[in-house]
Amino acid sequence: MEILAAIVVGGLFGCGIYLLMSRSPVRLIIGLVLLSNAINLLIFTAAGLIRGKVPLIPPDSLRAVEVTADPLPQALILTAIVISFGVLAFALVLFSRTFKTTSATTLDEMKATDT
Amino acid sequence: MKLLLVLPILIPLTTAAFCLLFWRHRAIQRLLGTLGSTAHLVAALLLLWFVRQDGIFAIQVGNWPAPFGITLVADLFSAIMTVLAALMGLTVVVYSLASMDSGRESSGYYAFFHFLLMGVSGVFLTGDLFNLYVWFEVMLMSSFVLLALGGERHQLEGAIKYVTLNLISSALFLTALGILYGMLGTLNMADLSRQISDGMHAGVISTLSMLFLVAFGIKSALFPLFFWLPASYHTPPVAVSAIFAGLLTKVGVYTLIRVFSLLFAQDIAYTHTIILVIAGLTMVTGVLGAMAQNEFRRILSFHIISQVGYMVLGLGLFTPLALAGSIFYIMHHIIVKTNLFLVSGVARRLQGSYQLNQLGGLYQAAPALTIIFMISAFSLAGIPPLSGFWAKLILVKASLDITAYLIAATALGVGLLTLFSMAKIWAAAFWGDPPQTTAAGVGQVHLPLKASEKIALYLPMVVLGLLTLTIGFMSAPFFELATHAADQLLDPAAYIHAVLGRVK
Repeated sequence: MEILAAIVVGGLFGCGIYLLMSRSPVRLIIGLVLLSNAINLLIFTAAGLIRGKVPLIPPDSLRAVEVTADPLPQALILTAIVISFGVLAFALVLFSRTFKTTSATTLDEMKATDT
Repeated sequence: MKLLLVLPILIPLTTAAFCLLFWRHRAIQRLLGTLGSTAHLVAALLLLWFVRQDGIFAIQVGNWPAPFGITLVADLFSAIMTVLAALMGLTVVVYSLASMDSGRESSGYYAFFHFLLMGVSGVFLTGDLFNLYVWFEVMLMSSFVLLALGGERHQLEGAIKYVTLNLISSALFLTALGILYGMLGTLNMADLSRQISDGMHAGVISTLSMLFLVAFGIKSALFPLFFWLPASYHTPPVAVSAIFAGLLTKVGVYTLIRVFSLLFAQDIAYTHTIILVIAGLTMVTGVLGAMAQNEFRRILSFHIISQVGYMVLGLGLFTPLALAGSIFYIMHHIIVKTNLFLVSGVARRLQGSYQLNQLGGLYQAAPALTIIFMISAFSLAGIPPLSGFWAKLILVKASLDITAYLIAATALGVGLLTLFSMAKIWAAAFWGDPPQTTAAGVGQVHLPLKASEKIALYLPMVVLGLLTLTIGFMSAPFFELATHAADQLLDPAAYIHAVLGRVK
């Protein structure tokens, strides 16, 4: 299971970075989306995939009796999803506004502020 | 007293929230912005005072015990940075009162400005790696908005590069901390420091530290990851440029120093040598880039890069004196660089341009501005006895102490080239002939400054200029503060004890 997840993470990272390097703003955005999903999956995988073991502590004990799934990575991922959603929404609006202002279809046409 | 740790985060949040409530009332927002920044500065100063008195202290948010909950920690370094952030916040807000156009002011400028300050203070005060990521995002989100606010063409183009590269940097940061959590099962920085110093997984930890270096290197504009900075910093209104230039890259430097002194200090020969080489290259490329520019704010932007090299240089050497030098350099640099950007704004206000060939004769037209520029520019270049001289002296002394002659020579050479750029601005904008207003396209009428505007524009610059002089002429207390902060950084035991308490 970990190996499969690792391959998926690697594939998403590869696709994301490939898209980031293209000239089209739309592909750039899709690349960022893939990248942020790849990372969420990576956190999930890196913390260990344990199936069917709920992190509950029995009433008469102070700690869990067996190895359970770790709930913290899911909290981290949830936060990361919310943040990346907000940031990507902003990026989309920024790109669409830039397109309306400059009517540039490739990133190569946005060199005015470069040095 | 422990409440003080939360105030530098809560005050900007409250201010921003109230600014949003008074969305339609520009005057109230201006007042709130100023009051909020003043309160922020007072809280930060009190925090510094208490940390200086009682040493490092920490609180556990929500009373969850240390490695499980979110911890806020203030050691001297974070307290100093918080004070600097609050000071820059106050000066730039006062400056904005006269320099920001009403359109941007009524579109939430003050609210986002304070969200930015909240994010920056959060980064400085948090003791948890994931929480650090969240504060980074708070800071970045508000900086995105401030950068793009107004929607002018060059602003949007600059914002695209800034946003994209910062998103990639955050992505790398998140990747690194995800893997770190997978390995060690904790994100509390004190707990991480304790576990990493046990020496387990040394190889993987060093690899991970490089991911952190790239992620924070993008944020602090290190060689070769700095290209977003000169492409975006000169595009927004000058008050926004000034706060970005003063604070944001230094937030990156702060995290670099924090992470590479608290967490990744187990293989110094490898990691810190890489940092040292990068620091040298950053200094040189930044200053060479500045020489090729002919626009006031672009020259200053490139100098940020070369100056970041100096700050990271101290981290690369990693001796007590060198780290103290880095901290001293940050204190000096934030004040001076913000002031230079503020000066460039007034120069444009008087003569309508940032282009050096359209400026001239400011020496005659605005003598006070000239003096302020001279103090800041010469301090940036490191002319004795201004603050920059002491900052460079400490770093050069630290590199000579461990016979790193090459890096010392680089630092000195870059200082000379900085002087060259500053002299270029001086010769063109202040000393040269007044611009020909009949030239095509420069036919704007420049209204003389009203008295109230003059106060709001000059007061921050004068305060920052006086601070530069103070650090220069009475450097001993500041140096002592920096030395104490560096000692705390080099001995993580006290930090760990403050956070985790009784453990070990």
